[in-house]
Formats: sequence, structure tokens, C-alpha cells
Amino acid sequence: MSEVDIKNYCLNFGPQHPAAHGVLRMVMELDGEVIERVDPHIGLLHRGTEKLIEHKQYLQAMPYFDRLDYVAPMNQEHAFVLAIEKLLDAEVPERGQYIRVLYSEIGRILNHLLNLTTHALDVGALTPILWGFEEREILMEFYEAVCGARLHAAYFRPGGVHQDLPKGLAERIMAWTETFPQTLEDMEALLIDNRIFKQRNVDIGRITVEDALSWGFSGPMLRSVGIPWDLRKSQPYEVYDRMDFQVAVGTSGDCYDRFMLRIAEIRESLKIMRQCLNDMPEGPVMSLDNKIAPPKRSEMKRSMEALIHHFKLYTEGFKVPEGEVYAAVEAPKGEFGVYLVSDGSNRPYRCKIRAPGFAHLQAMEFMCKGHMLADAPAVLGAMDIVFGEVDR
Amino acid sequence: MVEALFNLFGGEGEFLYFVAMVAAVLAVVLPLLLAVAFSVYFDRKIWAAVQMRRGPNVVGPFGLLQSFADGLKLFLKETIIPAGANKIIFLMAPMITFVLALISWAVIPFDADMAIADLNVGILYILAISSLGVYGIIMSGWASNSRYAFLGALRSAAQMVSYEVSIGFVLVCVLIAVGSLNLNDIVEAQAGSVLNWHIWPFLPIYVIFFISALAETNRPPFDLPEAEAELVAGYQVEYSSMAFALFFLGEYANILLMSAVMAILFLGGWHAPLPVLEFIPGWIWFLGKIGFGFFLFAMVKAFVPRYRYDQLMRLGWKVFLPLSLFFVVFYAAIFVYGGLLPTNG
Repeated sequence: MSEVDIKNYCLNFGPQHPAAHGVLRMVMELDGEVIERVDPHIGLLHRGTEKLIEHKQYLQAMPYFDRLDYVAPMNQEHAFVLAIEKLLDAEVPERGQYIRVLYSEIGRILNHLLNLTTHALDVGALTPILWGFEEREILMEFYEAVCGARLHAAYFRPGGVHQDLPKGLAERIMAWTETFPQTLEDMEALLIDNRIFKQRNVDIGRITVEDALSWGFSGPMLRSVGIPWDLRKSQPYEVYDRMDFQVAVGTSGDCYDRFMLRIAEIRESLKIMRQCLNDMPEGPVMSLDNKIAPPKRSEMKRSMEALIHHFKLYTEGFKVPEGEVYAAVEAPKGEFGVYLVSDGSNRPYRCKIRAPGFAHLQAMEFMCKGHMLADAPAVLGAMDIVFGEVDR
Repeated sequence: MVEALFNLFGGEGEFLYFVAMVAAVLAVVLPLLLAVAFSVYFDRKIWAAVQMRRGPNVVGPFGLLQSFADGLKLFLKETIIPAGANKIIFLMAPMITFVLALISWAVIPFDADMAIADLNVGILYILAISSLGVYGIIMSGWASNSRYAFLGALRSAAQMVSYEVSIGFVLVCVLIAVGSLNLNDIVEAQAGSVLNWHIWPFLPIYVIFFISALAETNRPPFDLPEAEAELVAGYQVEYSSMAFALFFLGEYANILLMSAVMAILFLGGWHAPLPVLEFIPGWIWFLGKIGFGFFLFAMVKAFVPRYRYDQLMRLGWKVFLPLSLFFVVFYAAIFVYGGLLPTNG
């Protein structure tokens, strides 16, 4: 009998695949059901955000950040406004900082709720996602209450936030932080002790400390191997240094650890939200420097200067002093950074966005190798990929 | 049932016998298809209730006509046949699945003497037909000429074969107790009251049978052949329109069949739980028991994640097979040495 050349089975996973979390295309080489090679192809959602930003004034560029990781929009805005403020050397009023922290944590819960439930969906549990989205809807309403949009908020502005919390919203958010843990517990009851769920996640997609560090992991992916690296603790921005919260870490760096870690992070976020709501001082939410922040509408009716400021801000925009800066926030998915180069004009000369998901997706190849086909969605789900930020 | 209808029609002539036969078949198949439509609706409703949704509630009162609307929609769609597909086998596969899902019902007794065919080997017949079910899936997976469909079909074949083994042993346990392969006899052995039902002495193998039935019908947590997260829709990937609808109907008819078999083997078939309640017709009890089985199927779907392929095989071969084999020996020993063997014939 002549020699038979056995070829591996090549499977095109995506880009239109229900578990690809957007438009990921993975070319997989399978030996039976065992994955031999994964080649992630990205770029199908590339919109040229970084280039577009170069042609926009700073304020006009801001909404692009909502469209990166559209699961937690305000966290991205946060990095951008921090970068601008660093260059401008602008002060943010304390209330503004508290509101930013509050909404960053709401963003974190928004993100983790989506990720945990879709991760469960990827391993076949169909119910948690509907329970989680019920709560997510309420969080979206909190977004809507402050900025009028559920998703693309454009709420964080250089110098503060666009407007103060409407009356009664603080109480509503507080009430929600009391009721939400029950839903979280229900979800946990359905999943974390479930034998099938454990079999599908424990020891799947394990990473070592060295790998995590050398591939530039951050956020829950890095913390799952046991490194307590959290920008909110290590280099606190805004009022995070006044908050009392723990950094959750995992031990084994598998998918199950990442799942549990995100649940723990949701609990910590709730803690931070409560502290924000309790400690929030009265006062302005936006810088009073009218060179970067628009004046009050009532002032514009009386003051010529205010009118001119408003006109200048919304036609020419503000100029940012020459220089370059890197500002990063602990976004729900990891370190989200903005590297901003200013040539002194009203537009950024260059804006490089560091998306955590991009670094994580590189690891798909070695995380999946040797696992079964069915593990690939679980690994991908626990990685927390959103294509808006990977492709930019 | 055929005899009864034949006598009703006058009881003479071959042609009339044929008419009676057709009438009997229609009397089973039409309500069955109707039941399938409503069971899809109830499945979705139960699922929705667990997920705190409303479920279908627009078409007709309480959304009851949703399945018919869906069916009509599928009926009006174009059947797309992929360019690389083997046309004949591609179209034959859903028919096979559908037909096989229906013909098992020929031996199901809905009430005393209310079955199309009262076979002596009824239970073997059901086992044989449900083993054939794998052909529809393999053919569809191969003929689609799609890698997703092919993988799904391979998984399905392995899965159905594996779990049929333990289903076979479960059946053996019950057969030892009854001493007959006739479904009527199996049900009659459980007459009296709820205490005589097989579910009490056979509780462990009832559980094994239920789980294997989940695997046999490709329901979660064993829905690997159509695992959405990996294989999109598995062997159904390339199907559209009525071809898809046939798969879909076949799947639900199979689930109902498994519920019916469960009712016959373990829940006393058409018998009322208490002699006082015998005034309610047997077939109503039987339908109620099918409904109970179906409810279990629907609830499991809402609760559990999905097994991985190797875990599924491990569960089938390394857990259920030894376990069911053990129970065969265990029950056989009890019946032989306890002197409980049935003595008919």
C-alpha cells in the first residue's frame, strides 16, 4: 500500500461566527478535534480611528473613543481626557473626579456583565446572559440619565464631565448597588459550582507568569496568573487613591480563574461606587477655566467674554501645548492607554491607542494549542475580546 | 387500533382494511405533528420563563400560533442547495430524519389497545428505529460539503452510538422485570396505582435513561452536533426552508418519542396514578406524562452548559456504560435470586 499523506483539517472560524465575539477570523488547523494551530486574522473592523483623530479637534475626537470598546465606552474616553488634561495641565474639580470614577466603575460592571455571560454562552449556558442583560439595561439607563445616550456617551470632557448628575440619580444608583448582588448570586449559583461549567473551564487556556508578562497582558488576564497589577492601585488617577478596594488575583491562570476574578471585580466595583456616592462633594463638575471648558449657558446671556469663549471653543476648539504624553487607565479589559503627541495646534498630531485586547489576542495561538475545538470559544470568551478596540 | 377502526367501518374487504390502516396512521400522525408544533411553543415558553422573558406572545392568543407562523415562513422560503453539495443525499437526509422520527410512533400505545401496531418486539423496534436516526444526520453532514456540518455529523454519529449502548442496557433492566418486549405488557405490568410504577424500583436507571435520552436527541447539555459556539449549527448549517423544518420537526418528534418511551417504561403508561382517577381516559394520562417528560427536557436546556466532545464520550463510555451494566447485573441478580422473575408464557 502506498503511503498516505494525512492532512490536517483546516477550519475557517469566523468572521461570521456566533462565538467569534465580533468579526474575528481564525484559521484553525485541526487534528481531529484537537487544535494544532490558530491563526487569528484581524482588521475586519478597522475604521482608521487613529488617523481620523488626527483630523479632528480634541473635543471632536473624543466620541471616537466610545466606539472602540463599545461595551464600556466611558473608560476609553477617560484615557483620552486624562492625556489631554496632562498636556493642558488642567485641574478637574473634585466632584467631576468622583463622577468619573463612579462611571468608570459602572463601565467596568457593564463590561464584566457582558463578558461573564457571553463566556457562559460560549460554553453553552444560555440563561445567564438574559439575567445579566436585565441588569445591564439598568446601567445603560444610568448612562442615558447623565448624557442622553445609552452607548456612545461622550460624557467625559477635557476638564471634567459634561454635566452634573440629574436629581435623584445618585439615589437610584445607590439603590441598584443594593439589589444587584442578588442577581449576581443567582448567576453564580447557576454556574460556578456546575460540574459541566467547571469541566469546560478549569485548566483550559492556562498561561504562565512569564508568558503573561512577555506578551504584554494586563487587566484580568494578567491578574489571573497572580500578579496584583492594577493601575487604579499602582498609579492611582482621579480619586482612586481615596477608595478602599481590593485587587482580585487568580492563582492558576485558567479560564475559570478569569471568570471568578471578574465576578470578584464586580463586587469591588460596587464597593467603589458606593464610596463615590457617599463621599461625593458638592461643587462644579467641569473645570472653570473657560479656555478649555465651555461657560454656563446663563453666563453667555450676560457676559460678552463667555459668548466669545463659547464661540471659540466650538469653532476652533482649544489649543494644546506642544509635547507628548502617555495616559493610561485600568479599563475593564486591562491597561487602556493613549499616547498623544501635540504640535501645539487644536488637533492632535498623533494619537496612538494601546488597546488591551490587541495584546491578549496575540496569545490565542499558544493558549489554544493542544486544546479541543470546543475550548477555543471558551478561551476567547475568557480573554474578553471586543473588536472595536482590537481593530480600532 | 386498526382492528377497531376496521370493525367500525364495517369489517369487510381488503380495501376497507387498508382505509382503516390509513385512518389509524392519520389519527396518530396528525395529532403528533400538532403536538410537535405546540411542544416547540411550550419549549420556548418554559425557556423564556426561566430566563425571565415573555417568550412568543404575539401570534395568536398567548402566542399559541407562533409555531405555525414559523412553519409557514419556512415553507415559503427557498430551499438553498449549496453548489458543492450532493443534491440527492442532501435532500434525502432531512426526509429520513423526519420519517424515522414519525414511524417509531407506530408502536406507542396511547391507551389500552390504542396503537397502530401492537408488536411483540415493540421495544426492539423503537431501539432499531432510533438507531437508524443517525443516518439522517451523517448523510446531511457529508452531503452538505461543509466542514462545520461534517464535524457536527461525525460528533453526532459518535454520540448517538455511544449513548444507545446504555439505553439498551436500561431497557434490559426493565425487560427483566416485565418479561416481555411488548409495550402493552410493559404498561400492564405497572397497573394498579402509582406505587406499581417502575420509576420507584428503577429510579437510578430512570435517571440514566433520561440523561441518555438527552444525548440521543441532541439536547443540551449534549447538543454538540449543533453546538452554536463552535459549529454554528452543526449538520444543519447549510439547510434552509422546508429541509431545515423537517430536521426541526424530526428533532422535536424524537423528544416527544423519548418522553413517551419514558412514560411507558417508568411512569405507568396510560394508567392513572390512583385507581380513583381511572375515570379520566387513559390517553389523557399518557399525554400528561409525555408533557411531564417534555418539561424535564425543556428545563434542562435552560440550566446547563454544554459538554465538550471528549467529556461527552468519557461520560458515555466510562460512566454510563459501566453503571448501566452494573444495574443489569444487579437487577438480574435480585430478580433471579429473589424469585421475582415474571412467569408469562
